[in-house]
Amino acid sequence: MKRHLISAADLSRGDALLILDTAEELASLADRPIKKLPTLRGRTVVNLFFEDSTRTRISFEAAAKRLSADVINFSAKGSSVAKGESLKDTALTLEAMGADAVVIRHSASGAAHRLAGWVRGSVVNAGDGTHEHPTQALLDAFTIRRKLRAASGRGAGLDGIRVTIVGDVLHSRVARSNVLLLSTLGAEVTLAAPPTLLPLAVDTWPCAVSYGLDTELPKSDVVMMLRVQQERMTAAYFPSVREYSRRYGLDAARMARLPDHAIVLHPGPMNRGVEIAAEVADSARSMIVEQVANGVTTRMAVLYLLLGGTEFPEVVS
Amino acid sequence: MTAWLIKGAVIAGPGGHGVTDLLLADGTITAIGAGLSDAGAQVLDAAGLIALPGLVDLHTHLREPGREDAETVETGTRAAALGGFTAVHAMANTEPVADTAGVVEQVWRLGRAAGHCDVQPVGAVTVGLAGTRLAELGTMADSAARVRVFSDDGRCVADPLLMRRALEYVKAFDGVIAQHAQDPRLTEDAQLNEGEISGRLGLAGWPAVAEEAIIARDCLLAAHVGSALHVCHVSTGGSAEIIRWAKSKGWPVTAEVTPHHLLLTDELAVGYDPVFKVNPPLRTAADVAELRRALADGTIDCVATDHAPHPVEAKETEWSEAAFGMTGLETALRVVQEAMVDTGLLDWPGVADRMSLRPARIGRLAGHGAPLAEGGPANLTLYDPAAPAEAVSPVGASKSRNTPFAGMPLPGRVVATFLHGTPTVLDGKLA
Repeated sequence: MKRHLISAADLSRGDALLILDTAEELASLADRPIKKLPTLRGRTVVNLFFEDSTRTRISFEAAAKRLSADVINFSAKGSSVAKGESLKDTALTLEAMGADAVVIRHSASGAAHRLAGWVRGSVVNAGDGTHEHPTQALLDAFTIRRKLRAASGRGAGLDGIRVTIVGDVLHSRVARSNVLLLSTLGAEVTLAAPPTLLPLAVDTWPCAVSYGLDTELPKSDVVMMLRVQQERMTAAYFPSVREYSRRYGLDAARMARLPDHAIVLHPGPMNRGVEIAAEVADSARSMIVEQVANGVTTRMAVLYLLLGGTEFPEVVS
Repeated sequence: MTAWLIKGAVIAGPGGHGVTDLLLADGTITAIGAGLSDAGAQVLDAAGLIALPGLVDLHTHLREPGREDAETVETGTRAAALGGFTAVHAMANTEPVADTAGVVEQVWRLGRAAGHCDVQPVGAVTVGLAGTRLAELGTMADSAARVRVFSDDGRCVADPLLMRRALEYVKAFDGVIAQHAQDPRLTEDAQLNEGEISGRLGLAGWPAVAEEAIIARDCLLAAHVGSALHVCHVSTGGSAEIIRWAKSKGWPVTAEVTPHHLLLTDELAVGYDPVFKVNPPLRTAADVAELRRALADGTIDCVATDHAPHPVEAKETEWSEAAFGMTGLETALRVVQEAMVDTGLLDWPGVADRMSLRPARIGRLAGHGAPLAEGGPANLTLYDPAAPAEAVSPVGASKSRNTPFAGMPLPGRVVATFLHGTPTVLDGKLA
């Protein structure tokens, strides 16, 4: 595995399976009364968040703490960054403090990539602009495998699983990472979106594309709904929120067209009533709560593998 | 004034002279021919060197006044001389903007004082580059700076009515409007050529059509009012095609291409290093091929550097935060050799035409861009095309280091530059 996790493209199939299998080992920990391992004791993980994202930050924080790492939360608001400090100077500061890993969330695409050039520790991309969010893709893959490939167990890919990703692909880091990772793992990915919300050269991506959702539902094992950002709603990407919802929203009627075993994913936070109806979000098919729990486990696996933690196999076995 | 005798150069120009000597005295080429001698003259052995008429850049950002941290007229013209240029057109987007006779005269005087090359100021088309009101174009034309090229470069004159009026108005003094073709609505927050790479990197796309649509409109406007349009930094194959069509109609349209658009592609952005961030953006390999073809067949008239210096902190940042622009004066001729000459697309007389004759003609610049001939101005560049390819240094005479060619091996070497008969560069160093 590479030293950093910046793009899902950094992961070979073997790397991705190693992370999922490690996460599977670690998941058993969640059922124990004491959920902590000593494996990253004495190592420092910095959560460097330039964008508000409470759910992702606490997920990484919980992951690092369960591995006994020291966690420093660095939020851009109220920090020197708000006073105009550059990303490079922030990086050099963290470097001087001896961060073993930096988890970065940033509004600019490529910020994690730039940071990796300025620090010695491992960089984990926790979402950079409209580029990628690889740990989200890993937790989604983990969730899909647990639900739909439970019998196959360790080492299993997602071969032949049909995943439909719906919504604002153009601006979605979740979609980019998922297309790359899920296809690496053998899934058949289809993007369903209005043409305005697809990248111009989407035909070069390892997936299929559909402008309609209804045709895709009966052949989907997984439907992943993307959040519609507030700022897209007024920028002529679609005529109105109502029309978007009518054409691309997942409501109870559409959910009924899914095969019985199919599941629904959403990276959160949801716009209930826009891309996903409340009945769907709260249904048995919805994996949204599982995704959150799996997020911690998957991120533990990533930190463990990147930081080369010790003692892990003995403790878990 | 010391006379110079240049021995054994090959003149790149119409006719061709074979290996010849040139005698320069009092700012003029006084003699050309084999076996010249002049006891009083300094002798420069130019065996193996090509003599080009002094290069003329139609598109240079010297940053002074206002951004002297990035470049000054002094440092920028040093870089120009080292690149083989004897004249540069200084773009108007300074602080304050060069939209009055006062500012263009200031830049013109700074150029005269620096003395490394002639500095011809470009005037802004609109007040403050704001695109709403015409600047006092006639006053700038009548000033000591004798402005003939007007441009809001960095911004597009997007309002079609204002563009029409600007084109019409400058006919009164043989002016030309140099357009930065970029539809503003189609490029809001645009970061990189819209295509496979921008989609993969999650960077907002800068579509080719945003350039091509403005060029098409402006060609039609230029034809309608019968005035001269010059298209800055053409970056797409589609743009070249539109210009080829406009020229086939006999319309008064000229165009330039930058060295970086002749050599580099958007693939370089994959590391998110903003040294490759430029406006218009680097395009695809197919665009590069079309631009080379258009420069070779004359559709694109000239190479212009769009030398755009920026301080380190403007580039050592996230891609979307970084400034647009690349330096280019010191590497232009070497890039043109790599992209055009060594590929067989253009010969050295062609280089003289695209980098000196035509840009001087478009810029209405007297005393530059004349074929090297007896009685002509002694502005010339001696270039060694056989110098082995050497990696470009990020540090040069420019105050800024944002060269996209750093570390890239490029052939050739500017050996000497003469401005009005006096060397500004000798043996590759400032004289």
